[in-house]
Amino acid sequence: MEALGIDVLFKGSNFMRLLGGLWVTVELSLISVAISMVLGVLFGIIMTSKNKAVKIISRIYLEVVRIMPQMVLLFIVFFGATRAFDLNFSAETACVIVFAFWGTAEMGDLVRGAVTAIPKHQYESSYALGLTKSQTYYYIVIPQTLRRLIPLSINLVTRMMKTTSLIMMIGVVEVMKVGQQIIEANRMTSPNAAFGVYATIFLFYFIACWPISLLASKLEKKWSD
Amino acid sequence: MAGQLLKETLLKIDHLRKAYGDTVVLKDISLTVHKGEVIVVIGPSGCGKSTLLRCINGLEPIQGGSITLQDKPIDGQSKDIAQIRQKLGMVFQNYELFPHKTVLQNIMLAPLKVQKRDKEEVRQMAEQWLERVGLLDKKDSYPRQLSGGQKQRVAIVRALCMEPEIMLFDEVTAALDPEMVREVLDVILALAKAGRTMVIVTHEMSFARAVADRVLFLDGGEIVEEALPEVFFDHPSTDRAKKFLSTFTYDAVRHHDVPQNY
Repeated sequence: MEALGIDVLFKGSNFMRLLGGLWVTVELSLISVAISMVLGVLFGIIMTSKNKAVKIISRIYLEVVRIMPQMVLLFIVFFGATRAFDLNFSAETACVIVFAFWGTAEMGDLVRGAVTAIPKHQYESSYALGLTKSQTYYYIVIPQTLRRLIPLSINLVTRMMKTTSLIMMIGVVEVMKVGQQIIEANRMTSPNAAFGVYATIFLFYFIACWPISLLASKLEKKWSD
Repeated sequence: MAGQLLKETLLKIDHLRKAYGDTVVLKDISLTVHKGEVIVVIGPSGCGKSTLLRCINGLEPIQGGSITLQDKPIDGQSKDIAQIRQKLGMVFQNYELFPHKTVLQNIMLAPLKVQKRDKEEVRQMAEQWLERVGLLDKKDSYPRQLSGGQKQRVAIVRALCMEPEIMLFDEVTAALDPEMVREVLDVILALAKAGRTMVIVTHEMSFARAVADRVLFLDGGEIVEEALPEVFFDHPSTDRAKKFLSTFTYDAVRHHDVPQNY
């Protein structure tokens, strides 16, 4: 046990602190995910617009988000924007802003893909059966869109969750940061703490993300067509 | 044909003109379809035959003329189009079943949600039709579990269960493997025998000949020839029709000398 550095976890309130850090991670991820889902659906519908200007602007937004590393975005918002525009917000707020900015773009692209993937003929064969426009959306288009969308968006959720480990770089004390603090504090007494702590964090992430991605692949299999 | 004078006119197309921008697809089409009649539309690809069917179903806006079904105008933009479309059963080239619904759900959706019919009655009707086309055992399958020919038969049943006045078939065997063409065409032949009114676009010439009351030959967006199938296929009167029909026969390129004592 000592060689693996797991004993550190049972000293004092270390384990509880680590769990607290996990909660910060999960909480910030969930808030960002919730915002991204709502805005992403809206953005995705906007992206299906045929208007050229709308298309170009949303394309630029999406590409910027994709090309920029999330860490750079975090630094720009937290260190850059606060200085340049004299805004004062906490690291947590900056984190939510960046992740929602990122998630909205990615979610929007998923929604756009799912909506445009429904072939024109599906609408036509529904109209040909006498269904009205709203019935066609309700019975044909939306169910098929959701089936395509849900597994993809769940994958996005786990990606966002994992990427929140970056926010310790702007000083948010989430699970990784707590882990580091524990390792630092016990450097003298348990020099092997790193392995035990990081392995536990690995397990935490696994427990948080695995059920979600399991659900995704289950749904994907169930709805594959 | 004399008897047809007494028959009710179902569909009337009057000087229909359809264009995409400057490209005119249908120039000046006039056609009357009586109850119980089977019209087969043939012609080279791009002649506008599929577009004609799509116009009849109000899926394409038209630029001139009129289409009426039982004296009611067909206009894709109007509010009653859903009402009129119930009387037009359309079957598409690529089946277009709804992938997230089973065979039975595909068939029952529109009768239940559009016509608000009784669920048990619709189910019985659907199952009877499925049995007739030999697919009753597939009623709970999903479209992805069916072959092309099976999907197309389900699509035909789906249209029939709306109890339409006219069935429209848009090259329904064009996407099928050759060995599946027959099973679909047999269903359509049976419908013709039962006296159903149909407008059929097809590339299957021997089928066209067998099923048609009248053949319409479309080329360059206009009706070039309109005749009884026997007359059209054996003695086409226009050069364009002759040229088109000749594309279905081949001249031998190798001339074998058959041995004397073969």
